[in-house]
Amino acid sequence: MEPSTQKLVHTFGALADLGQEIAGRGDFTEMVRTSMHLLLGTLALRRGAVVECVADDKLQCVAIWGLEPQILTHFAIQQSDKDHFLTGELSDFLIGSATTPDTFAGRYGERLRQEGIELVLPMIVREEVTGLVLLGGKASGEEFSSDDFETIRAMVRHIGVGIYTHRLLEQVAQRAEENRRIYEELRGIYRATVRAFAAAIDIKDKYTQGHSERVGKYSEIIAREMGWNEDEVEGIQIAGYLHDIGKLVVDRDIINAPYNINAKESSQLSRHPSAGYEILAPINHPYADIPLMAKYHHERLDGRGYPDGLVDEQIPLGAKIVSLADSFDAMTTDRPYRRRRSFEDVVSDLRENSGKQFDAKVVAAFARAILKEVNGVTKERRITKMLGKDYLEGENVPTLLSDLITDLSHKEAQKAQIN
Amino acid sequence: MDKATSGSLVRSHCVGTTAVVYASDYRNKLTGEKIERECRRQLDCGCRALVIDFSDTKLVNSIGVSILLGIIDVAEKSGARIVFSEVNNQTVQLFEMLGLTRHVALAKDEREALHTISGFETSPTVN
Repeated sequence: MEPSTQKLVHTFGALADLGQEIAGRGDFTEMVRTSMHLLLGTLALRRGAVVECVADDKLQCVAIWGLEPQILTHFAIQQSDKDHFLTGELSDFLIGSATTPDTFAGRYGERLRQEGIELVLPMIVREEVTGLVLLGGKASGEEFSSDDFETIRAMVRHIGVGIYTHRLLEQVAQRAEENRRIYEELRGIYRATVRAFAAAIDIKDKYTQGHSERVGKYSEIIAREMGWNEDEVEGIQIAGYLHDIGKLVVDRDIINAPYNINAKESSQLSRHPSAGYEILAPINHPYADIPLMAKYHHERLDGRGYPDGLVDEQIPLGAKIVSLADSFDAMTTDRPYRRRRSFEDVVSDLRENSGKQFDAKVVAAFARAILKEVNGVTKERRITKMLGKDYLEGENVPTLLSDLITDLSHKEAQKAQIN
Repeated sequence: MDKATSGSLVRSHCVGTTAVVYASDYRNKLTGEKIERECRRQLDCGCRALVIDFSDTKLVNSIGVSILLGIIDVAEKSGARIVFSEVNNQTVQLFEMLGLTRHVALAKDEREALHTISGFETSPTVN
């Protein structure tokens, strides 16, 4: 092969490798070090360094070969140096060619020569000097030719763009991380506010303190058992916390009445889901359908619920979950006019009302979640904590739950056959 | 005395005060820098000459050239002789074109390289 052809092949190979290296997504330092080796090896330059301009006109070494890193501590880049680099020709950057001391090469020429540096080139991106490339002489001892300058110019531009792009991506990633953190903080504030609201709602009803919080938690447990994703689970928990927010506009005496309320009072109380919707709808929640879950948590599959008398498929699944969580908590907590019901009684109610008041799939999911906790499959005993230590202790509890799950499964199969 | 280097990816051994280091595949930059470090280590341990063996090296790319120049630099600063052995024709042409052969001797194989080194050692120093 002719030497000129071989040189071309060698140079093109290096340029191709450089392009690949810079376009890659590998480690930044490795990328710059490899790029520097490719540049040095293309023309057999004996030493070199790639440095970045950082704050206060300081230079920071990114890659170095054949030189001691300490030498860079002697150099600083001034605005006038940058201006000169932006306007000068490549041949002006040869260390020996500097005629005035007010340029980088002029100021540090002697020192650079001592270190074996013969050429200092700027990395220019978008009309800005982003760094410098320091290069030693050729191993052949020859001077730089115009072809060499062209090769160096092309490769230095590539390296400059590579570093610039990487730094830009770093900044974008940093901003994204900051945004993510701010978003998380806002979500945290939102959750805390919602819980405070839940507490405010429950304070109004002296007999149901903690009810909204428990409904939120039961809803979350059911949704998770049904395979909802984390965002949806968080959303339904919020819906659970806020489902009774409409009670804020209901007269306190009606809510706390220790007797059976009359028709007028009942009508006022029945307004709370719609009132809740009106309160929640104007708010831009980070989760979908929270106002609707509040509005429809007293709807029933058989159409006998309120406020709109919706039937089965018309009721959002989230509202069905909140509805079950709400009723379950009502059945399993003491009220002024009655004691809470036994677990056996509650299971019987759930079986009886599945398909009428409650969605059987939702009830089955809840039963599975309780059974997992009872059997120790779920380590965190959250349901037990809410119900009290003894409530799920009965020997028959696992059987009750298993039977309920089986019955509901049969019921669902029959429903599917009919449809 | 032959001494194999263990615990390193770079294969090397010593013959007297000469370290023989195997270049293997230079296309991998990390391997290349390890070879430079191994040469530096051998020189720090008292070796006075280096033989870089290219018997397993099919191709030397730009990264390889840069690494080799680093090794030449280290050797020259230590006053150590350096010989490249078993370099294929294509690579010899590349080294000649780039001027590496101004700084190193080439030998047909490791034995000839060691012989060349011993020749350096017995030659009178010319001031």
